[in-house]
Amino acid sequence: MDFWLTEDQEALRDGIRSFVDGRFDYETSAEREETEAVIDPATWSELGEMGVFSLRQDGFDTRAAVVAFEELGRGLVPGPTVATHLAAGLIDGAAEGSAIVGLYEPGPDATVVEHAGQVTDLLWVRDDGIARVDPASIAAEPVEHSLDPLSPVSVAAADPSFELIADASASVDARRAGTLLVAASQVGVAAAATDLSNQYAKEREQFGRPIGSFQAVKHLLAEMLTKTEVARAAVHAAACALDDASDDDVDRAIAVAKVMAGTAGIFCGRTGIQVHGGMGFTWEVHIQRCWKRAVVLENTFGSADRHALAVADTLTTQGV
Amino acid sequence: MDLRYTDAEQEFRHELRTWLEGVLPDVGPVPDRDDWAARRAYETGWQRQLYDAGYAGINWPAEFGGRGATPTEHLIFLEETERAKAPYVGMNFVGLLHAGPTLIVEANDEQKAKHLPAILRGDDVWCQGFSEPNAGSDLASLGCKAIRDGDDYVVSGQKIWTSFAHVADYCEILVRTNGDVPKHKGISWLIMDMKSPGIDIRPLRTMEGSTEFAEMFLDEVRIPVANRVGEENDGWRVAMTTLSFERGTAFVSEMLQTMELCADLAKLASHITSSAGTAWDDRGLRRDLGYIAAELDALWALTKRNISEAQRTGLVGAGGNVFKLAYTDLRHRLGDVAMHLLERASLSLGDIGELPTGEHMQGRIHAISMTIAAGTTQVQKNIIAERLLGLPKEPKPATKGVG
Repeated sequence: MDFWLTEDQEALRDGIRSFVDGRFDYETSAEREETEAVIDPATWSELGEMGVFSLRQDGFDTRAAVVAFEELGRGLVPGPTVATHLAAGLIDGAAEGSAIVGLYEPGPDATVVEHAGQVTDLLWVRDDGIARVDPASIAAEPVEHSLDPLSPVSVAAADPSFELIADASASVDARRAGTLLVAASQVGVAAAATDLSNQYAKEREQFGRPIGSFQAVKHLLAEMLTKTEVARAAVHAAACALDDASDDDVDRAIAVAKVMAGTAGIFCGRTGIQVHGGMGFTWEVHIQRCWKRAVVLENTFGSADRHALAVADTLTTQGV
Repeated sequence: MDLRYTDAEQEFRHELRTWLEGVLPDVGPVPDRDDWAARRAYETGWQRQLYDAGYAGINWPAEFGGRGATPTEHLIFLEETERAKAPYVGMNFVGLLHAGPTLIVEANDEQKAKHLPAILRGDDVWCQGFSEPNAGSDLASLGCKAIRDGDDYVVSGQKIWTSFAHVADYCEILVRTNGDVPKHKGISWLIMDMKSPGIDIRPLRTMEGSTEFAEMFLDEVRIPVANRVGEENDGWRVAMTTLSFERGTAFVSEMLQTMELCADLAKLASHITSSAGTAWDDRGLRRDLGYIAAELDALWALTKRNISEAQRTGLVGAGGNVFKLAYTDLRHRLGDVAMHLLERASLSLGDIGELPTGEHMQGRIHAISMTIAAGTTQVQKNIIAERLLGLPKEPKPATKGVG
């Protein structure tokens, strides 16, 4: 039994982290969110060249993928990274990053689609198989103000025209991997919020000393770190389950990961803002973007509430 | 990252499971919580059986009579003994997991030879005399005074939270041997024979109603200088070495019990009738318990992560503090769900007919102690913030001597 990252996984993490740090710094995020097109196609292709979208096609396992997606989450990389990853091998250009494949998740009252103005394709993970949706067919209307300006959303005004491109078993795989990679991204968001707030608490002084020396503040940070670490352990355990490298039930492990990572992302986002005080509520300070992205991810591939109910169902049917 | 067990680990599990299946049917029922004579016979008897089978001191180095098992094997040992409902470590706890490991690192050969085998065999029960009424989270401010008189220390003062004091043979005790130096630098670690004259033990009844804890009043108790472990005034460091023995396995048995408690609660809810059918039809209850069950699985993963870290580096690091902070808070939440589900039945600490009220409500009360014992939640948060996040310490008043 070994829970440690391998040297290869560490190298992958470090490589993606340094790329993300270089391309998605705060200034760049602040500039992109003021434009019509928050995804820079050139950078998207670079992500493709790095193998982010084709990782599992290229023979890497889910454990490597969660390590990579945590880094994308940490950098608040804009765009449908998970959907494009799932589309690799199914939709031309996805693996290379020449296509931008978004996610189509119909809602009961409104079908809200991210990046509708920029995506080349939409992926719909249906029970009967995976479908490619023609983005033009849904006549998406942008909303006036998106909660996360780096994840601009539109509302579908027409039923989609789609074609099935993979079977039902591929849907099961895609839903599992998609849920887990969103969870990995949420851990990254939680970690980013914790790091930013920790740094701020050391620099910001009030009453003649860093606010991070007050127990009331340091206890918030301790809770943020704790939530992040527990969520990361859950995500890594679920990746092992999906790779057949543990005896855990795959679906329960993935639901657990989404519950814990979603909770951590939202908690660390809002607590991070609290640590930043008034400045945290301003547009110019980056921490607010962490909370916004956490909310977007929380509502992708099922909320923590929904997955918690799925975990509860296993309590009366499975052993411990 | 690979959570599967190796062939050697599986083999270890298989042998242990086979042995447990053979011996457990003859172990007999668990004695009453407050029947101390029966408990001593039961718990030390089980320790003797473990000793004879080569499982005593599972994590102790082989050269001191232990099994020398890896942290993962220790995890397997705890999983299997819990799964088979084997007796708990009980009153052997301090000897096996605290005093013994400290003696292994710090004691002289004579002290080791006298005490280590007796702990492993279950012959001697140990208790811990660390906390005092005025030295809790700030343990180093302890004031129990030891005055050198020839070959003895003469010790007077008061200790509190001393589990198993009235059945213990020995006590690992921290005393103040110098009151004129900074508080950490005037403490010594002694072995106190519990039969010494001058020890007055008074049971301290907890809000659970149990008598496991005691207050210990020491009135000029003579402890031979030869019973000092480590140098005089170096006792704080000696006491801290025990922490370096933790391998992430401290809460394994408890975690497994809690997972079972959580699943039991779900099953109980599906048998409790309500206006909607059963209590389990309540979406709010399912959601609350789902969050708790999810976090338990996540904490089980974190436990494995911590054990892996210990196996790699020899230390569990602050992952142990992260675990304790999250786990003990979860126990409160689980207890509250049980209390709400049971409604007025929660007013009984024993079972009511078929309703397993006792298990859930005793668990609810016990959880209250968990965010306090072994470093309160607030102390854990300070440790995490200062050691993991590198945040500055709260400014302290100028250090001065104590006592």
